[in-house]
Amino acid sequence: MFYTDFSFGGRYVRNTYALKMSAVWFCCLLITVNASAFEIESERLFESDNQRNELRILSSTDLDYMEPIIRSYQMQYPATSVLYTVASSIELYRAISEEQANYDVVISSAMDLQMKLVNDGLALEHQSSEVDALPAWSRWGNSLFAFTQEPAVLLASKRGMNGLSMPQNRKELIELLRDNPEQFNGKIGTYDIRESGAGYLFATQDSRQSDAFWRLSEVIGSLSPKLYCCSSAMINALHSGEISLAYNVLGSYASAVLDESDDGSIVPLTDYQIFMLRTALLPKRSKQPVLGGTFIDFLADSANRALIDQQVGLPAINGEVFNTHQHYRPIALGPGLLVFLDKIKRKRFIKAWSDALLQP
Amino acid sequence: MKDKWRFSTNSLGRRLLLQLLLVAAVLSALLYLAVRSVANQAAIAAHDNILGASATAIAEQLTASEGEVLIDIPYSAFSMLGAISEDRVFYRIDSNSETITGYEDLPVPEEVSIRAAPHYYSAQFRDSDIRAVALERLITVDNAPVSVLISVAQTRRGQDAITARVANTAAALGIGFFLVAGLMSWLATRSTVRPLHDVAGAIGRRGAHDLRDLKSPIPSELAPLVNALNGFIARLRDTLHRNETFMAEAAHHVRTPLATVRTQAEIALRQAETDESRLTLRSVIRAVDESSRSATQLLDHAMITYRSDQLALETFNYSDLVAEVIRGLSATAELKDLTVIADVDANLEYAGDKVLIECALHNMVDNAIKYSTDEGQVDIQLSKVEAGIQFRVCDAGRGLGGSVQRDLTVRFKRGLNVSDIVGSGLGLTIVEHVAEVHRGCFTLISRSGGGTCATLTL
Amino acid sequence: MRFLLVEDNTDLANSVSARLKLDGHAVDWAADLRGADGCLAGASYDLILLDIALPDGDGRDFLARHRAMNRDTPIIVMTARNAVSDRVKLLDSGADDYVTKPFDFSELEARCRAVLRRRGGAARNVVSFGGMEFDALAAQLTIGNEVRELRNRELRLLEILLSSPRSIYSKAQLCDRLFSYSEAPSENAIEVYVGRLRKKLEGSNARIETVRGVGYRIIDQ
Repeated sequence: MFYTDFSFGGRYVRNTYALKMSAVWFCCLLITVNASAFEIESERLFESDNQRNELRILSSTDLDYMEPIIRSYQMQYPATSVLYTVASSIELYRAISEEQANYDVVISSAMDLQMKLVNDGLALEHQSSEVDALPAWSRWGNSLFAFTQEPAVLLASKRGMNGLSMPQNRKELIELLRDNPEQFNGKIGTYDIRESGAGYLFATQDSRQSDAFWRLSEVIGSLSPKLYCCSSAMINALHSGEISLAYNVLGSYASAVLDESDDGSIVPLTDYQIFMLRTALLPKRSKQPVLGGTFIDFLADSANRALIDQQVGLPAINGEVFNTHQHYRPIALGPGLLVFLDKIKRKRFIKAWSDALLQP
Repeated sequence: MKDKWRFSTNSLGRRLLLQLLLVAAVLSALLYLAVRSVANQAAIAAHDNILGASATAIAEQLTASEGEVLIDIPYSAFSMLGAISEDRVFYRIDSNSETITGYEDLPVPEEVSIRAAPHYYSAQFRDSDIRAVALERLITVDNAPVSVLISVAQTRRGQDAITARVANTAAALGIGFFLVAGLMSWLATRSTVRPLHDVAGAIGRRGAHDLRDLKSPIPSELAPLVNALNGFIARLRDTLHRNETFMAEAAHHVRTPLATVRTQAEIALRQAETDESRLTLRSVIRAVDESSRSATQLLDHAMITYRSDQLALETFNYSDLVAEVIRGLSATAELKDLTVIADVDANLEYAGDKVLIECALHNMVDNAIKYSTDEGQVDIQLSKVEAGIQFRVCDAGRGLGGSVQRDLTVRFKRGLNVSDIVGSGLGLTIVEHVAEVHRGCFTLISRSGGGTCATLTL
Repeated sequence: MRFLLVEDNTDLANSVSARLKLDGHAVDWAADLRGADGCLAGASYDLILLDIALPDGDGRDFLARHRAMNRDTPIIVMTARNAVSDRVKLLDSGADDYVTKPFDFSELEARCRAVLRRRGGAARNVVSFGGMEFDALAAQLTIGNEVRELRNRELRLLEILLSSPRSIYSKAQLCDRLFSYSEAPSENAIEVYVGRLRKKLEGSNARIETVRGVGYRIIDQ
């Protein structure tokens, strides 16, 4: 639900959560000083007791996750109020690239869009000892800095598996689905990449990793899959027994929810596992880049990784994981991400994907 | 000598060093520029190659299908650019001059034939310097050729960083080269100028009267100089020799008749009958003595003035010299029945110009004898003192008679009480001068019991 | 004493010869080096007075040759040059002493005596008079067994008086010969020396007699 609605057709599909939040959104709109043309989902001002300045953050990450970080940040900078605005990653991209919205920090899990903001020169450079300590793969130049690494995982319902052994990799998953078509027909969920930015990113990166992606897509397509806008919806559907398997779910969200039920579990695939990086940047139009820099430094500071890991519940940057698990693949920050943003490329990919998944 | 060479603006060595340093500086600068430009070109070429590869990778994927151009940008086309530097990447793909994807405003070359080969160019885009490549491919769509232009561009920060690094390296190289070349220039200059120093040293070390030709081995370039120098020395030698001969001749020609006059005056005096003629003859003899003595002291004074410019310093035995001076004058002292008491420390060695010192000692003893009363006593003392060596001559004569030393050591100035004694007024001037050029000290004081003490401390 | 005078200037040579003869010396004169060699071959001399600049050679060469031949006749050089370096050079080349032209004959005599005394080997020229023996070279008087030392002026006074015994010498004459010309003569000083010499002569028959209003003479009583 946080990484939901972005599509290049400019079509904005409001998710259920967003509808629920629309009342809040309208209130926010009324009190927001600079009325924005882009759609925001929620906004909250973390006031400080003796406010001297206000840090404006535009983020695609839900407030619940960021609140502990902001509170902790304010302990360090007690004179700073923080205005935290949530928007979908595509709206966020539009706000920065087209509407020149006034924010000091932009946080998004849409690596490709963040990369495009940087590539189009819309991000400031920032240098500090904190960001310099970041691993090379978790930053792009002096403009884009990652602070979480979140895997795309396969979720399975024990009930839905009905005693079948869990697949170890995509090859076994393909075989499992081929061998048990009647059991899984209509019981598989995955992103609708036409609507979901995260789904599109995962799918494109998946396609780069292995040919198995297209074979898997063919197999899933033959089993009348259910397509979802977002990870939370897939988790809910699995939870309710609507589906038995959910492919490419954002693992960080899944682990938070699945703790509560014994039924659903994350299936560790050993061939490869894609990791998405949640990144922050300083928009070029920021009026107080130094203040924004303090927040970036706070996120990058290795001393705060435990906070992100435990209190926030998002996996903080940890290069060790990639050394010990050879099949963990972080999505590389770099101009390569721009390739799938190319409109022709995107059209071709979605067509190929549709041909595989949406079998009549 | 060395310092002179180092600081003189007219120094040959300095001039040579400056020229070599200038050459080194120019070479260093050229080296710097050459390294920089070659390395920059290499960096640009390497960068261009990757841009070219990127554009080619895109071009490879061009196909035509169902009446349209199909473009499938390979992931590697951009990721390879990300691999070399963290630069921003722009691209643009035109089909029949119409942008079909990418950055529409990315500058592309106009009306340049780029069909044959990739065209590399630099431009400005979105406030940044970019390096770009443009590549044209013809695709047949529905039996008609369609021109597809692929441009890939990248900002130049990585390249600038390389350029800066290369510039630093080149600068370090240039400076290093300059320093090494400078050091070598200095050494070369030194070794080139050394023969000059050797010649200068050889001349400088010579005694004041060493007029032999220079024979030390010299580089051929210096041969004319040394030959000229030797020629000059030879002429100088000749002149000096002629002068000496002339002086000797002159002295001979003046002194011999004087000797005749004096001798005949003595003879005549012996046979003189009247006091009048006696007094006349005595004054003749006196005049002869006076002119002889003046001539001697004038020559001595001239010699001292000449020698003091270039002292022939050597360490020699002062005790022997004092003994020699006393012996030379003992006959004169004997005529006055003077008692000469010499208290001379044995074997005192010290540095000095022997000829000048001899002259000074001779004058001091001669003075003491001259101004002593008959049967008086002259005390001569040579001793080692803290400052060096001290020579003291004391007489029991008439003393200074109220004159002060400053007056007595002025040329041709004599004491107020000595008009009855033959003298030129140059003796003490000579002693003082010798003391001066040896950085010593000469004092003249009246003795309490009458008489004078002259002390020369060196 | 017998001198060999080597001097090319005839005037000076004549004068010097005359002057030495006045004091009772014998003088042979050679005008050049060859002549000097000739004289030395034919006679022996107490002293050689040598000029430096001679028509047939340099006096210093003669000195060197003289020393090389082991002739022991002392040589006093009469030089016209008085530069310090010349003095040193002359002594180095073997001269016993030197005098600078023009020279005082008293000084020359003193130097001669000093040279001969130093040499020691020269024949003693002892004069006997009135029961005393006078050795001018050693400056000694011997009366009986007693040897008396004479000071320089006493010696010279005695020499003058003895050169012509019984002849009367005026105070002025004595003064001229005893005192340097550069000093003002004091005739009274003569009396002092005469007095002293009289004392030294005591015990012998020799006596210095005052000839009132004229001068002094030495007599054998």
